[in-house]
Order: sequence, then C-alpha cells, then structure tokens
Amino acid sequence: MLPREEAIAKIKDAIEKTYGKRGKMVIEQNFAAVDAALAHLHEVAVPAAATSTRHRPPIVSEDAPEFVKRVSAVMLANKGDLLPVSAFPVDGTWPTATTQWEKRNIALEIPLWDPKVCIQCNQCAFVCPHAAIRAKVYDAGQLEAAPEGFLATDYKAGEFKGMKYTLQVAPEDCTGCNLCVTICPAKDRTNPRRKAINMAPQHEHRERERQNYAFFLDLPEIDRTLVTRLDTKGSQFLQPLFEYSGACAGCGETPYIKLLTQLFGDRLLVSNATGCSSIYGGNLPTTPYARNRDGRGPAWSNSLFEDNAEFGFGFRLAVDAHARLAGELLGRLGGRIGDDLVTALLHADQGDEAGLAAQRERVAALKARLAGIDDADARRLELVADYLVKKSVWLVGGDGWAYDIGFGGLDHVLAQHRDVNILVLDTEVYSNTGGQASKATPLGAAAKFAMAGKEVGKKDLGLLAMSYGHVYVARVAFGSKYNQTVEAIREAESYHGPSLVIAYSHCIAHGYDLQFGVDQQKLAVDSGIWPLYRFDPRRVAAGEPPLKLDAGPAKVPVIDYMKNEARFRMVEKQNPQRFRHLMAEAQRDVTRRVAIYEQLSHLTVPTTAPEAGAAAGEKPAEK
Amino acid sequence: MDLRTTYLGLELAHPLMPGASPMADDLDTVRRLEDAGASAIVLHSLFEEQLAGEQLATHAALEASTESYAESLSFLPSPSDFRLGPEEYLEQIRKIKQAVKVPVIASLNGTSLGGWLAYARMMEEAGADALELNIYQLATDPEESGQMIERRTVSMVRAVTSAVMIPVAVKLSPYYTSVSSLATQLDDAGVDGLVLFNRFYQPDIDVEELEVKTHLRLSDSSELLLRLRWLAILAGRVKASLAVTGGVHSAIDVVKSVMSGAHAVQLVSALLRHGPYYLKFILDDLVRWLEEHEVDSLDEIRGNMSLERCPDPRQLERTNYMRVLGSWRPAW
Ligand SMILES: Cc1cc2nc3c(=O)[nH]c(=O)nc-3n(C[C@H](O)[C@H](O)[C@H](O)COP(=O)(O)O)c2cc1C
Ligand code: SF4
Ligand code: SF4
Ligand code: SF4
Repeated sequence: MLPREEAIAKIKDAIEKTYGKRGKMVIEQNFAAVDAALAHLHEVAVPAAATSTRHRPPIVSEDAPEFVKRVSAVMLANKGDLLPVSAFPVDGTWPTATTQWEKRNIALEIPLWDPKVCIQCNQCAFVCPHAAIRAKVYDAGQLEAAPEGFLATDYKAGEFKGMKYTLQVAPEDCTGCNLCVTICPAKDRTNPRRKAINMAPQHEHRERERQNYAFFLDLPEIDRTLVTRLDTKGSQFLQPLFEYSGACAGCGETPYIKLLTQLFGDRLLVSNATGCSSIYGGNLPTTPYARNRDGRGPAWSNSLFEDNAEFGFGFRLAVDAHARLAGELLGRLGGRIGDDLVTALLHADQGDEAGLAAQRERVAALKARLAGIDDADARRLELVADYLVKKSVWLVGGDGWAYDIGFGGLDHVLAQHRDVNILVLDTEVYSNTGGQASKATPLGAAAKFAMAGKEVGKKDLGLLAMSYGHVYVARVAFGSKYNQTVEAIREAESYHGPSLVIAYSHCIAHGYDLQFGVDQQKLAVDSGIWPLYRFDPRRVAAGEPPLKLDAGPAKVPVIDYMKNEARFRMVEKQNPQRFRHLMAEAQRDVTRRVAIYEQLSHLTVPTTAPEAGAAAGEKPAEK
Repeated sequence: MDLRTTYLGLELAHPLMPGASPMADDLDTVRRLEDAGASAIVLHSLFEEQLAGEQLATHAALEASTESYAESLSFLPSPSDFRLGPEEYLEQIRKIKQAVKVPVIASLNGTSLGGWLAYARMMEEAGADALELNIYQLATDPEESGQMIERRTVSMVRAVTSAVMIPVAVKLSPYYTSVSSLATQLDDAGVDGLVLFNRFYQPDIDVEELEVKTHLRLSDSSELLLRLRWLAILAGRVKASLAVTGGVHSAIDVVKSVMSGAHAVQLVSALLRHGPYYLKFILDDLVRWLEEHEVDSLDEIRGNMSLERCPDPRQLERTNYMRVLGSWRPAW
C-alpha cells in the first residue's frame, strides 16, 4: 500500500498526463472529484454475517421463455463459459425478441407524459432510438382493467375518432438520452419550460411505469389495414419489431431500422453488413429484432463487410426461387387445392396491408387444404407456401460498408435489375471501430486517419447510383423531414428494382450531445450539406424529371452546422487557419453540389428512341 | 492638421480604431484596417467562460461511450497538438503584432480572479501593448448588492493592474447606479483608461415558438447619446483616458465624442456594415470638417462640451429630462 499523500499525488499526476491536453478546466474538475472523494471517505463496518434482507432481482423474469432462462440468462450473468455446446441451436439460428428480457435500467431519468399538453404528433416515438416510448390508439373499454395512474386521453384527429390515445415510456429500457423531450414540439403555455413529455428521475417512477408499460403492451395492436395514412404519425401506431437494442443512447441509426420494422416487419428479411448495426442488431445473447402477436417478425443475418450486398442479393434469389417453386407446385396440385384459391394465390395484389392480409388468409387456407392431400408435392408446398406472401428484402449497413469496403458488391447489385432495397445508415465514419474516416466523411471533418480534417469532399453515392437510370435513390434525414423519410422508404420498397436509401445518422463519433441530433439534422439539410431528394425511375414514363428535391434552397452557411460538432471544431483547435480554409472549401463544395442537384431536378428523360437517321443530321421525314 | 491623441499612455496618430470584435480574427482584415489608417487594433475578448465550456464540451464528446463497447475505446481522434486553452488567442496576438505597426490591444473577459490574472499575464507576454478588461456581467442574483459587485470589480482590476506592466483599460456597461463613483474607484485602482460603454445582446421573444431569441443587431448613431453624456460627466474628473464605443458612425459622431472628452473612438458596427475601409472614409471626413471649422488640433476641442466646460451643464444633468418632457407635444 502507498502512503496516502503519495498515492493521491500519483493519481493527480496520472490525471495531468491523461487529460493535460484537454485544458485547465478538465484537470481542475478531475482534481476536485478526487478531493471530494477523500473528503467524504467513511468507514463501513462489515458485520460477521450478512444481515441484509434485500435480494438481487433475477437476471431475467420468470415469464421469460425457456431458452432465454436456460441459455441467454446464463450468458447475461457472465457465466456463458459454463454452457455446454449442446445448449445452443444446432443450425446457428438464434431466437429473436429477447432484448425485452434484459432489463438494463440504465436511465437516470425517463420521460413522463402530460396528456393535456400533448398534440399527439408521435414524433417522440419516431425518434426514440430504443423504441422505449410508444403510442397506441385503442377502444375506451380497454381501460377498465388499467392500473391506477395509467394515463389516457381522447384521440384528437379524425381517423380514429372516439378512441383513446396513450403515450407510454418503457422505464427499464429507456436510455435517458433525452432526444424525445428535446424534439417534442408541444410546450405548456403557462410554463414553456415544460413540454408534453418531461424527464423525471427513473427510480421514483420505475415501479408505476413498469406496470403501466406492461398494461400498455397488452393493449391490442392496431389493425394494420386501418392505418391508411402512413406518415410520421401513422407509422408510429404500427408495432416496432426492433426494440431496446444496445446502440448508444441517442443513436441516429436505429430510428430508421425501427421504422423499417414498423412498415414491413412481419415480412422483412435483413442482410446486415458488419458495423454498428450488426453489433446492436445481434449482440448476443439478446436480439432486438422482435415478433408480433402472430409470431411473425424480421429474419436477420449478418455478413461480412466486403460481401453484404451479394449476401442480401442471395436472399432475393432464394426468396424468388421459393416463390417460383410454390407457384409451380400450386399449378401441379391445382384442381386438388381448388382452382379459385390457386388463381387467387397466384394473382394476388399485395400492394397494401389489406392485400397482404388477404393473401395471408389464403395461405392459411391453402395449408389447411394441403393437410388433407396425401402427396409429396403437398408436403413440399407446405414448406414453401409462406413465400407466396410478398417478402421485403433489405440490405442494411453503414457507410464503411456501402461507400468503401462493400462498394464493389453494392455496385454489382445495383447493376442487376432485381427487387432489393438498400438502406445505408450514413454516420460518415466507421463508427463501430472508433471513428475512422470513410469516403462518406465530409470535407473538413476530423476523423481517425484524417486527423487534420478531411480535404476531399464526400463521395456522392446517390449520384453514382442515379447514373444507372433504373435505380430508385433517396437521401433522407428524418430529423429534417420525418414524412419524407417515411415516403422514401415506402417508395423504395414498392419499386420493383434496386432501391438505395441513404440515411443521415447522427452518431457519437460526431462529437456532441446526441439529444440535439435532430437539430443537427435540420441544420445539415438547411445548409445544403445533406440534400433531401427522391430519384424515382417510375417518373420517367410520366414524362416527369425522375429527380425530385425535397428541401428548399440552402438557408444557412455550412459553418452554422459544422461549428456545433467536435469533429469539425477539432480542426479549429489544432489549426484555426486550416479550419477557416476547409470551411470555405466545404461551402464551395456544397454550393456546387446543390447547383448540380438543382439542375438535375429539371431534367426530363425522353422515353422514345430518336428517329433513324436523326443522328446523321438528316431532317426526319415528315409524317 | 493635428489629430494626435494619447490613449492609455500610447501616442496615437488619431483617435479612430476598430473596437473589440471578430474583425481582428482574420489577419487580412487586420492588415486592411491598418491600411485604412486604424491607429490601434483591438482584439475580440478572450472569454474565460467560453474556454472552460469548450474544454468541458470537447472532453465530454471525446469521452462519450468510450467505456461501452469492446470494439472501440474511442470514437474521435485526440490529436496531440490539441489546443483547448488560450493558445489560439495568444498566437493571434503574436501574429497581429508581426503584421502591423500600430499598437495592439488585447481584450479579456474573465470569470475567476485566477483567470483574469493568469490570462492578463499571458497576453502581456504574447506582446499585447495594452489590455482592455471587458467587464460584462448581468446582475441577476438578488442576494448580491451593487456594492458587492462594484467592490469585486475594483479589487479584480486592482489585482490585474498590479500584475502587468502594460496599460490597462476597463470597458464598462452603463448599468451601474453611480457610474461616476465606480469610475473614480477604478481610477484610484490604477486603470489607464475607461471604455464607455459595452453593448449587450438584447434577447427578444418569439411568441409563436415560445422561445427567447437573441439576434445580433448592429448599432446606429442614436446609441451614441448615452455615451456622450457620460463622457462629458467624467471628462476632466478622472486621470484615466477615455474611449467611446457604441454608436459612432460618422465624422460628426467622432467630433461629438472628442468634444465630450474622448481620447479614443472605437468603431465596430460601422466597420462591420461597410467594411474596414470605412475607417479611412470617416477619418477623411473628420479632417474636412475640422478644416472647414478652422480647428487646428483635436486637443483644441477635446472636452469643450464636457460637464466642466459646456455652456449649459444643466442640459447634461438629470433635470433636463423634465424639460424635455414638458416641451414634448404629441404629433397627432
Ligand atoms: C459581432 C460583435 C462582436 C463583439 N465582440 C466583442 C468582444 O469580444 N468584446 C467586447 O468587449 N466587445 C465586443 N463587441 C462590442 C463592440 O466592441 C462594441 O463595444 C459595440 O458593438 C458597440 O460599438 P458599435 O456601435 O461601434 O458597434 C462586439 C460587437 C459585435 C457587433
Ligand atoms: S429518453 Fe431516449 S431512450 Fe428514453 S424514451 Fe426518450 S428517446 Fe427513447
Ligand atoms: S412529441 Fe410531444 S406532442 Fe408529440 S406525441 Fe410526443 S409527447 Fe406528444
Ligand atoms: S457509434 Fe454511432 S452509429 Fe454506432 S451505435 Fe453509437 S451512435 Fe449509433
């Protein structure tokens, strides 16, 4: 043991050494923490025998499924090495919907709802990276069984008139990131510091909110076919099938994934490139991808950085092959199943939720009939019948994948004419490995391997994809325009060809408090650095320009956006002159790009071939 | 034409100089200001509070989530030549000193006595010819009396003036019960100059968004009047030299300031609006005016309209408020 004085001196030396570069204030606060700790030392008497009557809660609830109790819980308790190999699923698949059993309780404060102030916009639910605040509409009768203190109010808008509305926090899953409160647009007029949701200490409210949340989850989910306006608000009445992931508090990627699962979750296949989204997406032993009450949910698999696009493309090929086989078998079994049903199954319109629901019913009817048919083809059809319901294939990953390491494959997939959807969660750095520069890193940002500030502008992945002509391309930033994000993702899904959605994702590697992520998204769009657009090849046939800009002209200089983030400011702190130079360059670059998009947005594409001979300069013959 | 003046003990060719503002952040602008004839350069203030805030914010950003993932122990680079202290400001003093021949005045806004002293010494070492202490506080604490605030200010200024060799000016706000008394106390504490007055951002209210908004609003000549009165009241009564800041936009504004007793005249809004060269424009205009009025040197008219010397001092004093009111008739 060191003498106290010497030990403290060494601790303070270490603080100086570690944080010396960070400035006087940081050092002083560290010293103050050491001194305060010394000043508050007191002896704790250890009794001969334990006298406490308190017990640690179980690792997972008693209600958890068998596998979670037998395997996941053991791993959660850091005793995974004790598990025999035979405890694991033989085919490497892993049950989904298990983050719900890992109650992390990491928030010091959670949002509490004030129904009187709320305007029921559902934006809080939209932005929550952890699906820890949710909205439901339901029949008033449901409230009879509500626990005391459960909040509900009349639903305000027309479409669900007469129903009740509740916004509920998941107290043990919320990370306390504050994003939802920061973006809540509704202020209490008598005290504008209070909003419709306000942060309050978690431990004081945990018990009651836990019961409220349990009741809330038990309330019936809305009938998906009734949500006809699928915008910011409508999308948030759909059950998220991606929840409570281990992403950073305030993460800007996860809201997009959550939205995917709300829109297409029960028929979603995700191939996920390695990166943050693969870590929080399948961070054993728990999985955030979840299932709805029918037991349906996304199927998810992770592949390598360098081949995720091809991997996901394989999903498409497999799904198509299964569907084709199902079709063939239907044809062969035709009369024995019933020609009407076969025709209906093969020609079903699955363009909306009602169509999908009808097809699911037909598949159920098919399975019932197959059970009575004694034939090898019937057995084979049973295996692939579910592929008669349209699947939604998404290739998901970060910018390190899409712009850099996986770009070759991505480009290859774009160059095919198959129905795959690509979601690029663009944090503009390799987030998961600690903020290395990628080709998506913007000019002027400091990142690892570009410490002095990147000199070359961001690669324009969207423009490259547009150059094919047959690719649907969108650039979105939910914080700037929620509805545009929802629309782009829906259009991408509905397009029968490759679709690319590039999504602005605020990230801790940008260096600011992520509760302001949405504000930064707005500034990114308002400064022109992140243009919002949708390039839809379907518009060509209508004689319209395929590119549609979704944000007006730049309203603020890029420096207004950049000065709020440490990744840019860091350059200033190293070399102010270089910072000013890079800011000027960045502004020029943005102005140039905005001008290009502006011009492209007026470009129409002829749909007919030029008359023969026109190229040689001959006057086309009069008709 | 003799425009010379002595401000903070510095012999200057004439009183016109840019006031504290971001104009001095850019070396090109500084050179253009000198070309336009600026008799000195005043830097923007080093704000101790801002330095501390930036250090803590950057520290928080660099540390965020570093303990959370096995994949990475940090998410932002941490350069070795990171400068989160006053280095950048001090470097700018050095560069400006090298770039121009006129005196360079650094400006400081501290929050702690330690900060005021340490940064003042660093600025002196970096080569500043004089210091302007930007005393910028909004007294919102009902527990703190005016007397306590003034006492703290005076003892801080006393500490700084004895800690550095270069001249020290104090830039005041007009919000003191007795500007005269505070000015006298500061004079006794050894300040070399008083700069009247700082101008605060005035927050506005957005009634739709229920938000308080602050906008940068540049001044106009009407704001000079408050300064003229207090210059006139203090002129001749304090040993410290006097500078005016706030609302100077024309040669006539300069003449009025000098007549009220100013040794130096600082311009910010006018130069931000019209560019550095506007200083030359005002200077030429000033010479023209003086020639037309057969004034040979500024010393001739300096302080001629002060409380001590103006023909009707009552006009400067409080009573005139009643008369102004009495003579006012509604226009409708
Ligand atoms: C953009 C801007 C920045 C300023 N920065 C400072 C500052 O750092 N320190 C300071 O003492 N005054 C600062 N001021 C106040 C000016 O020095 C000056 O006192 C004030 O603008 C009134 O003068 P004017 O009417 O000529 O603008 C600033 C003013 C402006 C407009
Ligand atoms: S504080 Fe963050 S995690 Fe918690 S509900 Fe709000 S947005 Fe979700
Ligand atoms: S963001 Fe605010 S106003 Fe909108 S639903 Fe949530 S709590 Fe209500
Ligand atoms: S590092 Fe960035 S992208 Fe990854 S989980 Fe954290 S905030 Fe999200």
